[in-house]
Amino acid sequence: MKLLPWLNPSRANALLDALQQRILIIDGAMGTMIQGYKLDEDGYRGERFSQGYDGRHHHVHDHKHHVCDLKGNNDLLLLTQPQIIQAVHTAYLEAGADLLETNTFNATSISQADYHLEHIVYELNKEGARLARECCDAIEAKVPNKPRFVIGVLGPTSRTASISPDVNDPGYRNVKFDELGETYREAMRGLIDGGADIIMVETIFDTLNAKAALYAIEQVFDQRGARLPVMISGTITDRSGRTLSGQTAEAFLYSMRHARPLSIGLNCALGAKDLRPHVETLSSLADCYVSTHPNAGLPNAFGEYDETPEEMAETIREFAEAGFLNLVGGCCGTSPAHIKAIADAVAGIAPRVPVAYGIEKVA
Amino acid sequence: MTMDNDNTLPRYTRLSGLEPLVITPDLLFINVGERTNVTGSAAFKKMIKEGRFEEAVDVARQQVASGAQIIDINMDEGLIDSEAAMVRFINLISSEPDIARIPVMVDSSKWSVIEAGLQCLQGKGVVNSISMKEGVETFIEQAKKVQRYGAAVVVMAFDEVGQADTCARKVEICTRAYRILVDEVGFPPEDIIFDPNIFAIATGIEEHNNYAVDFIEATRIIKQTLPHCHVSGGVSNVSFSFRGNEPVRQAIHAVFLYHAIRAGMDMGIVNAGGLPIVDDLDPDLRERVEDVVLNRRDDATERLLEIADRYKSRKGEAVVEVHAWREQHVRERLKHALVHGIDQFIDEDTEEVRQLSTRPLDVIEGPLMDGMNVVGDLFGAGKMFLPQVVKSARVMKKAVAYLLPYIEEEKLRSGDVGKTNGKIIMATVKGDVHDIGKNIVGVVLRCNNFDVVDLGVMVPTQKILDAAREEKADMIGLSGLITPSLEEMSHVAKEMQRQGLEIPLLIGGATTSRAHTALKIEPHYKSPTVWVKDASRAVGVAQSLISKDLIDDFMTRIRHEYAEIRTRHKDRGPGKKLVTLTHARGQAFNGGWDSYVPPAPVKPGLTVFDDYPLQSLVDFIDWTPFFSTWELAGNYPAILDDEIVGVQARELYKDARNMLRKLIEEKWISARGVIGLWPANSVGDDVEVRAGDGKPTLLRFLRQQADKPPERPDFCLADFVAPKASKVADWIGGFAVTAGIGIEPHLERFEKDHDDYSSILLKALADRLAEAFAEHMHQRVRREFWGYATDEGLANDDLIAEKYVGIRPAPGYPACPEHTEKGTLFDLLDAEKNTGIELTDSFAMYPAAAVSGWYFSHPQSQYFVVGRVSKEQVEDYAKRKGWTVEVAERWLAPLLDYDPE
Repeated sequence: MKLLPWLNPSRANALLDALQQRILIIDGAMGTMIQGYKLDEDGYRGERFSQGYDGRHHHVHDHKHHVCDLKGNNDLLLLTQPQIIQAVHTAYLEAGADLLETNTFNATSISQADYHLEHIVYELNKEGARLARECCDAIEAKVPNKPRFVIGVLGPTSRTASISPDVNDPGYRNVKFDELGETYREAMRGLIDGGADIIMVETIFDTLNAKAALYAIEQVFDQRGARLPVMISGTITDRSGRTLSGQTAEAFLYSMRHARPLSIGLNCALGAKDLRPHVETLSSLADCYVSTHPNAGLPNAFGEYDETPEEMAETIREFAEAGFLNLVGGCCGTSPAHIKAIADAVAGIAPRVPVAYGIEKVA
Repeated sequence: MTMDNDNTLPRYTRLSGLEPLVITPDLLFINVGERTNVTGSAAFKKMIKEGRFEEAVDVARQQVASGAQIIDINMDEGLIDSEAAMVRFINLISSEPDIARIPVMVDSSKWSVIEAGLQCLQGKGVVNSISMKEGVETFIEQAKKVQRYGAAVVVMAFDEVGQADTCARKVEICTRAYRILVDEVGFPPEDIIFDPNIFAIATGIEEHNNYAVDFIEATRIIKQTLPHCHVSGGVSNVSFSFRGNEPVRQAIHAVFLYHAIRAGMDMGIVNAGGLPIVDDLDPDLRERVEDVVLNRRDDATERLLEIADRYKSRKGEAVVEVHAWREQHVRERLKHALVHGIDQFIDEDTEEVRQLSTRPLDVIEGPLMDGMNVVGDLFGAGKMFLPQVVKSARVMKKAVAYLLPYIEEEKLRSGDVGKTNGKIIMATVKGDVHDIGKNIVGVVLRCNNFDVVDLGVMVPTQKILDAAREEKADMIGLSGLITPSLEEMSHVAKEMQRQGLEIPLLIGGATTSRAHTALKIEPHYKSPTVWVKDASRAVGVAQSLISKDLIDDFMTRIRHEYAEIRTRHKDRGPGKKLVTLTHARGQAFNGGWDSYVPPAPVKPGLTVFDDYPLQSLVDFIDWTPFFSTWELAGNYPAILDDEIVGVQARELYKDARNMLRKLIEEKWISARGVIGLWPANSVGDDVEVRAGDGKPTLLRFLRQQADKPPERPDFCLADFVAPKASKVADWIGGFAVTAGIGIEPHLERFEKDHDDYSSILLKALADRLAEAFAEHMHQRVRREFWGYATDEGLANDDLIAEKYVGIRPAPGYPACPEHTEKGTLFDLLDAEKNTGIELTDSFAMYPAAAVSGWYFSHPQSQYFVVGRVSKEQVEDYAKRKGWTVEVAERWLAPLLDYDPE
């Protein structure tokens, strides 16, 4: 398919230039950092939701809005505590991150339905991108010659299109391709309107969800007549080496390649060490850039991630030296200290050169 | 994205279910399972119509189990809600990992059904099909959607005018579709699969007679002119006019596929359960079917009809070849099973013959031995090849295993133990772990009614001798692969003499030779001692030795031959005289150290690879030695089309590929490895390695002493490392890799199942994977870890042809033939701990599927053969190693230029 032009050619070209020169740094965990603020229910609600309903959206405050806790809805903080999100973003930029991920992991109508907040999905995504872009612009003004980019994040949603939630009926699904498309298109429009430089489908544990997301992304690009670079990041859920929906890393790659992404990679669920063979598989086969943003190790008995910045950076350094990486950052349990250690560890190591699929090999 | 680099992979079709399916040329033909298609299977249609989806899922499971690589799903039936059925069925099989592992082909003539199916697939599947039937606009729109859903596509040779029937029309439409897809839509060419329409032949209508030829010829042109695409088709259409006569239909399919595949058809919707092999068809039937398929004569259809009824099976479903031989008398059936290596019916047939026989032993001595004699004769005459013989032996073993309880019972009653040709003790000698060859010889001897007692590997001399006495053996067969085993065999011969044995001794294995046997073994043992070249000679030798009529003449000839070799050896002319060690050192290779700067490793020190992904090694496999293990001579891939062994090579290759796939998927074995890169400099013929802070380690190498003109150096590996005196910083590397961790339970499983074929196949594959691992690791070392060839991008053929910079010689092989240095290598690498590979007393590696060696980076470093060494060098080497000269002579025995005795 003929590719559409870039929506924002100068930013896209700056990104492509940077990728040719060095390994780029993605930021680290948002949730872990937010936990540090120990917000209570009122903290999450802020002023706007303090009455038990959306103060700016009077006509929908029916009964159910009163009973639903909003604590834990981290994406909502974009609207209720933007200074916290801004502080975390800035900390990561100062630690050396080239790319910020928007705080929109759960900003889809499917996930926000748990809080009965479907109506703010577009707003969340737009604000998430806008705020991140604002942070990037601020640091670019301070530290010129180092462009920073906003990754608009599309999370996996809380449902799976290829796994049955009902053990007694393996043929049943609680979400369909089209429904996922609808929810992703809405989030996408917000991210683009807020100024995201890149779209990333991440923490993919069901490849079919991601295919629906990619399909929706293409539709939105068609509507706009232009496109953004797209990053794809899957999740190997445990040491079996498969996604939750059962695919190997190689099968996952082949299921995603048609979208001609900027990058493909893996994030979450495992620490860097356990991700190594799978990142290596992608690295050896992908005709696009390769990313990884692992957790800070595996959770300990208290559910905390305790791999130190030094330990994690050492593992990542070896990935970089092995030539696996183009983009690297952190997922659950990582902090600005982790990102700084990683940035220092990979500085000066040449980025991976993507594979090219050439002419037929004559056996 | 454009990239200027050599990091190039072949443009193969890469599909996925839960697991990848990469369509490489090696796969030859992709079987698309057809039974989950309501238009092709009445049974499946009934299940879907009646909502019996669980049974329908079982049909899919059977398809995958019987070898389907892609599963075709079609729900096009007027009385079914096709969209709903497609969605329900795909959702159901998605929950079954043993089905969902392969890609799905969503098959419908309705676009809405295809789209509904695509929305349920997490993997990259195939759409079947789209065409230009409704115009180019719809075609382009659908193709774009297919690409956006992430699927490959089958394109029917159909346009606004109609469906293509002639070769010219097929080519014309496919070419037009290809250009639109590739040039206008930007569809990846490797994701295009053409279906140039297979139509029924032999219908009685003259225009139809050439349809198969049209398809085959169009396929040839399409594959030649439209790069990367595939050609597929629904094979069963071609025989439609013979419906009701399944055997003839199957024969037509087999012949049609045989020719179409050769023309380039590489995918097909077939019953994955299996087709007859063209060569197994009744010759008369085959000829008449070929006449029809290839449209070779005007009366072809009539001539096939004449005989068609003869093959009509009563039950209608059985395959012709199966059917025919199952009709014969049970004794004939046993023989057929043995000759064809079919173990499917062996228990019931054996039981039937047992009931007809007076004693259970009669079954073995009667029909089973008759069958094996046919196998032996065919093998001896070169009409049957080793892989077939091993399969035949598997059938024999299973039959014998079935009879064994009855024989034991009979023995208790009558004391009758039956008769065999003779009993042979077989063993791989102490210090050696290699047994593929020995096992093959064992199988072949058993096929010829020898009773083989296999003592396994690393068998101490005394155990061999004791077993020979206890078992009252008629002869002993020794095997070994590494050079120290040669010495060990001499030792066994000496002990046999000393302990007064008089039975014949057979010598075999890759490093053994007639000359070595004549010079170093036979003189030590007065009774017959014979070198056996390979498995195909083993039976002849054993029979000659066991037969009172033959042995005298045979041994006279052998003894005469060996005596002559000894004389020739003693009278060797002075032409091959060695130069002195000083002279040779004076003529050392010069690395140009005043101007050459050796590259520093990117990652010095040790790097350990635990559980290395086997899949990544597959492309590095050098298949040629695999075929020679099975005594099939020829280079891969040409061997697959070889006039003489091609059929067998293909069969073996198919089995190997299947097992390879399984062993990777099910993780039968795991690969581990370690590499090390250390600062090093040469000091004379030694290399001083500084691996840590402590005392440097010295590697001892040997130097060629050939009398060469001054411009041609007498090489020593130390020459490729910068001399210490030059003050140039240099490095050396080492590696040890294995692909044999965890192989034992699987070998046991096969052995328990009397399946030598699979057992040998597995060992041979593990060996190949270990070699591939070494090759792959060397490439990674060059590109990444040492990193002096970061831009190297060689294809596997070039790797095999060693077109790269740097070498990886292995201790025990010609450039560094002394085995104990492997111990030093293992210490440097801490290889036992890091890889699980252990060294035996003779420095053989266990698991046997292992490779180790040194890395040299110098651009002019090269493989060479040290060849013979003088007493002067042996004494020098002994001093360097801190050995007595006797010890040095033992380890260097195969190299000595003189007789130490």
